[in-house]
Order: sequence, then C-alpha cells, then structure tokens
Amino acid sequence: MFNAITQSQIYVLDQDEALDFYVGKLGLEVTADVDMGFMRWLTVSVPGHPERQILLEKPGAPAMSEETAQQVRELVTKGAMGGWLIFTTDDCRKTYETLLARGVEFTEEPTDRPYGTDCGLRDPFGNRIRFTQPKS
Amino acid sequence: MSRAMEETNRRMLRARDAMDRAYAQPLDVPALARIAHVSEAHFTRTFRATFGETPHRYLQRRRVERAMFLLRETDRSVTDVCFEVGFGSPGTFSRTFRDIVGRSPRTYRKEAVSARVPTCFTMAWTRPSS
Repeated sequence: MFNAITQSQIYVLDQDEALDFYVGKLGLEVTADVDMGFMRWLTVSVPGHPERQILLEKPGAPAMSEETAQQVRELVTKGAMGGWLIFTTDDCRKTYETLLARGVEFTEEPTDRPYGTDCGLRDPFGNRIRFTQPKS
Repeated sequence: MSRAMEETNRRMLRARDAMDRAYAQPLDVPALARIAHVSEAHFTRTFRATFGETPHRYLQRRRVERAMFLLRETDRSVTDVCFEVGFGSPGTFSRTFRDIVGRSPRTYRKEAVSARVPTCFTMAWTRPSS
C-alpha cells in the first residue's frame, strides 16, 4: 500500500508573488518550475527534501470556470481555504524572529504546547501556515 | 470588482488575525479599522459582510474559546481566566460565556476533556459558533 506523501497542493493567487514568499522569505527551494503553456507547474520543498513537494497552483480556467476560480480566490483571501501547511523547525523562536524581520505576517506568536513550541503565519494570499519545534 | 473584493477580504482577514493574536487586549473598532486600512464607518459593516458576524462578536467568541482552553487545561481560577482572556468583569465574562457555550464556566470545567491533537486545530474547531 502507500508508503509516502510526495506532493500536496495549495492555491496561490499569483505564482511569482508566491515564489517571493515561499522561497524568498520562508527559505523553501524550487523543486520544479515548468511552463506547460496552459499552466505553470510550480512546486517548492524544504531544502534537501525534494521527496515531498508543495504545488503552488493558481486557480483558473480551463481547469475550473472563471466563476469558480473567483470563488476560490475569495475563499483564499478570507482565510477559508483548506490546504494549510505545518513545517517543523529546530528553533521556533529564532525562526519566528528571522521571519518577523522579513515582514512575514504572524497570526500567533511562538507558544508552548504539550507537543512543542509552535506559531502561525499567513502567506500573502491568506493561506494558513504553521511551524512547530517538537518536544525533544 | 473581484480584485477589489479579494483586497477587501485580505484587509478584513488582517484585522481578524489581529484579534486572534491580541485577543486579550482592548481592541476597539478604530484600532481594527486602522489595521484594515478602512474608515471606522466602513469597518464593522464590511467585516460582517465578509465573515458573517460583527468584529465585536468575533472577538467575544475568540476570548471565550481561549477561556474554554484555560478552564480545560489549567487550574487557574475562573476570575483569573476572565481577566487573562480580556474580559473586564467576572459578571460580563460569566454572562457572555454562558450565552455562547450554553453552560457556566464552572460547569464547563467539570465536563470538559482535553484532547491530544494540534492546538491550532482545537482552537479553530472548539471556537463556539455564534
């Protein structure tokens, strides 16, 4: 049966802006950037871990109607789309300070939990992202 | 028009995130309107159109959700919890809590059980509905 998760997907409203954020600010790396004409297949991954990729997909025609794409865009900007991401980090507070200095919008400051320290942020479009420093 | 809607949604979400982040502070409409870069007159109406409830109600639910967490996971007194989450008086806290949760803070504490799942998930899903 299944033995790994290789690709996940979230919707972004602009793929260039998504690159600036996910690579330029969060420090992920581009795993694939393929112009297929009808669509740009753009995936990013944690450095050194290309085995698990996140597809940064722009909603739009012809995959979905313009009307549906607009509904998806509105849900993303309301923070109501699923597809959120949780990363792990060795040092939650240090990562938080680094990203804060880069202008990342946080929804929650680093907080101690039973399972470790984590905090929450948003991407430029409204998607939820978290990162956790698990308890050792 | 649609791009304008997206921009409005994002601004309202920024204000809502500020409430999520700083729920215990006295967040008033002028402060939130500034975060959203809209006029005060516009803010409450637009927030409600975007998320289906007023900013005031959202903030109350947010505070009550945090109170539920503290009642469930800690031994802090009900009065401590009341001030910790940003309510100004125990009377208002108990009334609002009961109004939203359907039980008093004390009854809730007796009946609640904690769950071992990521806290962000519990926070979103145990947030009482309007």
